[in-house]
Amino acid sequence: MTEQVKPQASVLANLDEVRAMIKRHKLNDSIFAIIGLVALMIGLLTLLTLFVDLVMDGYPRFNLDFMSEFPSRRAGSAGLLSAWVGSLLVLSVTFISAVPMGVGAGIYLEEYAPKNWFSDLIEINVTNLAGVPSIIYGLLALGLFVYILGLGQSIITAGLTLGLLILPVVIVSTREAIRSIPVAIREAAYAVGATKWQVVSQHVVHYSFGGILTGVIIGMSRAIGETAPIITIGALTFIAFLPPSPVTSEPPFLNFDWLFSGFTVLPIQMFSWLSRPNPEFHINAAATGAIIIVVTLLMNGTAIWLRYNMRKKIKW
Amino acid sequence: MSSRLGKIGFTFTLIAAALAGISACSKSSDAPAVSTEIVRVDGSSTVFPITEAIAEEFQRESGIRVTVGISGTGGGFKKFCRGEVDITQASRPILDKEIAACKEAGIEYVELPVAYDALTVVINPDNTFIQSLSVEELKAMWQPSAQDQIKTWNQVNPAWPDKPLKLFGAGSDSGTFDYFTEAIVGKAKSSRGDFTASEDDNVVVQGVAGDVNALGYFGFAYYEENKSMVKAVPIRRAENADAVMPSEKSVMDGSYQPLSRPLFLYVKAAVIKDKPEAKAFVDFYLNNATDLVKEVKFIPLPQEELDAVVAHWQAGKVGTGFGGVPEVGIKIQELLKRI
Repeated sequence: MTEQVKPQASVLANLDEVRAMIKRHKLNDSIFAIIGLVALMIGLLTLLTLFVDLVMDGYPRFNLDFMSEFPSRRAGSAGLLSAWVGSLLVLSVTFISAVPMGVGAGIYLEEYAPKNWFSDLIEINVTNLAGVPSIIYGLLALGLFVYILGLGQSIITAGLTLGLLILPVVIVSTREAIRSIPVAIREAAYAVGATKWQVVSQHVVHYSFGGILTGVIIGMSRAIGETAPIITIGALTFIAFLPPSPVTSEPPFLNFDWLFSGFTVLPIQMFSWLSRPNPEFHINAAATGAIIIVVTLLMNGTAIWLRYNMRKKIKW
Repeated sequence: MSSRLGKIGFTFTLIAAALAGISACSKSSDAPAVSTEIVRVDGSSTVFPITEAIAEEFQRESGIRVTVGISGTGGGFKKFCRGEVDITQASRPILDKEIAACKEAGIEYVELPVAYDALTVVINPDNTFIQSLSVEELKAMWQPSAQDQIKTWNQVNPAWPDKPLKLFGAGSDSGTFDYFTEAIVGKAKSSRGDFTASEDDNVVVQGVAGDVNALGYFGFAYYEENKSMVKAVPIRRAENADAVMPSEKSVMDGSYQPLSRPLFLYVKAAVIKDKPEAKAFVDFYLNNATDLVKEVKFIPLPQEELDAVVAHWQAGKVGTGFGGVPEVGIKIQELLKRI
């Protein structure tokens, strides 16, 4: 009995000390909260300042003509048409090439691959690939796609290059999404006699779809702003016509000539305008920068929204 | 499952609709389809504004499609000698190793000077002690041996104040850097390394505008567009020669030396026979150069020099007048006579 009372007594005796300690710890808490808030604000305010600055510089160009005109020597009538169409087409090639491959690889590594040194090696490599500077992908693509495979300085080359670039992002996020599915779900499915393929397709992929999609969209929004690898493979700066249309009015209604067309993309158009002597062009560059940021934010916002909605629908 | 597939289907329909929209746009904006051949131009970003202006007008008038890239003078020659482009723009003449590469690939070319640029030395508008600079003084500032030695203005000329000398210049990959070092130091790419170098001349404009002790150099167009922010310095060829301001007049009459430089097009000789679209583009280029070059703030060739270039092009003479070595202050007629 006495032994149990003793500590209590000592606590009571040191009540002031304990109160001081609690106070100190609470102070530490709030100091950390403030540091965290400041860190967050530095990031957010920098982005906000940058964005507001771009919008203020670029606002005279925010109109439909800017989106529907080709580049020109006159800053006022120069537009983004060939650049945004180029970006859209390049990104669709990136999407079609990287997403099935990346999601497939992620599912295989997580569900099917035997756990041995070889899978470990692949795993380390995939993680490392996510950190390789983008210019390296550009050089790889220049050698592989442009010269060895002879695809030329075309939309398909750029799309595949960016596809390679975001592949590790897609693989890693697919695996993360799959890992967040509770083991109990899998075990329950196996318990009622589902095959591996049924478990993977009807449960694992189904439930992690939101997470996978988020990874895909984050990868795509990285791809939209990439300049270095695209310049390396030889994107153009002045191109005042659009690639051949992918949809035609005569059978077979599809036309793949556009894949081999020359192109430019939004960040390259911006870069080119920014280095011009005439300050009028710097307004165009600012407007282009603001548009790229808005598109990226929209894509990331869509990712968050999709993830939220898909999670809401899943009830275990 | 089915609702998800439905959603994916919907997304693809949207993309298809967007693409269809694009195709509709492209059809309505197409000029009468003349030719599907595309004239491919690449090379120096310095020459780009001129080629862009001419390509824009040419495409509007003829409907022939032109693309222009900016791989830089060196990158442009690489593509040119691999046969990937019809024309390359250059802010310096073709060099030995590029001549060899073209020869190996069997590519012959016509060398055409199309405009002048005046490398402009600029200082801060608040700098009052510099009225003009001689080539010798510039050399004292920029030569490799000045590195870590020449740090103040009075080390170059005792008459100037004891203030720090802040130098801004072109990045070592640019033709501007090559030409400036060739003209001032006497050897291309030979420069001190401890200055603020940028591939983007706007950075040099900002740097000089923001520092009263700064000095920098860049192409004439950047000076023309930023006259309120920086002051151009008249240049003396020799210690006791007249100081000459860079201007359209002083470049065209040949008095702004050694810092005025010709800009070139190199055209694949085979296009004269095989690719009428590219030939038409070069014809258009030479016919319209004078006006459009002025519009983008470069300096056109004087009429008699332009006539010589046109005659040279029509005769289709291949080869370079430089023999693979950059050269400062050469007259265009003399150059063309060598070929």
